[in-house]
Amino acid sequence: MDVVKEVLAKHQKELDKYKPITVDKHLECRLDVGTLLITDPNDFDDRELRDNKEEYLTALTRENTQLLVNAIWELPTERVDESIVAKLPEPTTVLPRLRKVPGPRPLTKWEKFAKEKGITKKKKEKKTYDETMDKWVPTYGFKRAEAEKAKDWVLEVPQNVDPNTDMFQKKIDLRNEKVAKNEIQRMKNIVRAKKIDMPRSGYLGPEAASSSQLLTAVTVAKSSTASVGKFQNKLPKEKEARGLGVKELIPGGKRKQSHISQQPEKEANLDLIKSVLNKKPKLDVEKAISLQKRDDRLAREAEGADQPAKKGKPKGKGSRKAVGKKPKGNRGQRAPGKKAQAGRKRR
Amino acid sequence: MKRLTDERAKILFEKLSKYIGTNVKQLIDRPDGTYCFREHKDRVYYVSERILKLSECFGYKQLVCVGTCFGKFSKTNKLKFHITALYYLAPYAQYKVWVKPSFEQQFLYGNHIPKSGLGRITENAGQYQGVVVYSMNDLPLGFGVLARSTTDCKTADPLTTVCFHQSDIGEYIRAEDTLF
Repeated sequence: MDVVKEVLAKHQKELDKYKPITVDKHLECRLDVGTLLITDPNDFDDRELRDNKEEYLTALTRENTQLLVNAIWELPTERVDESIVAKLPEPTTVLPRLRKVPGPRPLTKWEKFAKEKGITKKKKEKKTYDETMDKWVPTYGFKRAEAEKAKDWVLEVPQNVDPNTDMFQKKIDLRNEKVAKNEIQRMKNIVRAKKIDMPRSGYLGPEAASSSQLLTAVTVAKSSTASVGKFQNKLPKEKEARGLGVKELIPGGKRKQSHISQQPEKEANLDLIKSVLNKKPKLDVEKAISLQKRDDRLAREAEGADQPAKKGKPKGKGSRKAVGKKPKGNRGQRAPGKKAQAGRKRR
Repeated sequence: MKRLTDERAKILFEKLSKYIGTNVKQLIDRPDGTYCFREHKDRVYYVSERILKLSECFGYKQLVCVGTCFGKFSKTNKLKFHITALYYLAPYAQYKVWVKPSFEQQFLYGNHIPKSGLGRITENAGQYQGVVVYSMNDLPLGFGVLARSTTDCKTADPLTTVCFHQSDIGEYIRAEDTLF
């Protein structure tokens, strides 16, 4: 009997070494085997937590881990190289990203333009047949430059160019310029994509600048005095640069006009109107002629009207004809409300 | 709404004086209250100060129109009058053109006035003088610019254009969406 007891005791001891694989939980734990995650919604036992915290937490963790391991063992397993392997399902927990999801690559200026206009890229043949060389020549890439060199072994100097110019060097320069331009455009595209404020390029010189750039340069230069160009003379038909960013370039100039001015608006307006109206009138030859003609015509008419009128009317009040009754002196009654018409009726 | 800059105010008054001459003063110097010109989205508005104060409650984007729209500044800083300005141009106009009843409709469709459509014209108007166009019963129809001076009109043949069309009341229908 001792032997049996001994065996049982030994078995019991062994069982004690291994904790049970079944776990009782008040609320069921949420399991996500895909990410090997278990979430325990049960509350902590307050008394246990206070009295022996470490032991309690270790036991709790073990139990929960046991649950996870149980769930893994329920998955289909296979044996690979003497170890048992289970394939985890797709994770169900959504994990937040650290950074935002990268969007589509911003289009370059040309790509944007091409998209708007509906231009699609045409694929070029890798090799084209060159008739002068009677050979198939690569269109781009490996050995293309070599082929071109072989083709353009001689270059014509145009008639309007100095005969001593090196046309080969000119060709190389032209190409270098193109490469540089492309590089600048590439940089600009990067700047545009990253939305960085780029300092505006300054005055480009008379050859390269556009008219609006020149105008801006003039305006800025004129306002670069101690008094912000207030006393600079103006050319008769000079224009001032307007538009985006011009005012920012002018040192000391205010971006927005102040609402409050020293002179009241009405008076300022009246002054402005006065200056507009008091402009020296231009000598308008046509108008002068027309006025002269009119005066002549009036004079002629007056003359024509005078001659027959001389018979009866010695006073001769021009061409005016009496309308209605002839007023009689000293007999008429004055209408106090009625105004006498002054002068000729004008139309 | 902002005040016109000096440059733009000058352009405005020069343009106004083309049509109403010295009467420009009367637009500013009014006995019935203070009126002023304001600019909003490149358009020039003629507003009484009372209305202007009320309009200040609204933001730039919310505000569509205040007072009477006189015209619009182009990108090259030129002012173009809208037909809505006629209400103020007509009473002060110094140079006028009357169109025959038969040509009224043609003018209201946006055509220039030929000699044959001309009913009456103010004397002494020079070439390129801004004029207000009236119907024969003195209803203002629009405004334009004389293509010929008055004296030239008399000798011109019936098909030559006498007055260039600039704006007419037909625009209230034709250009309804861009007018204000």
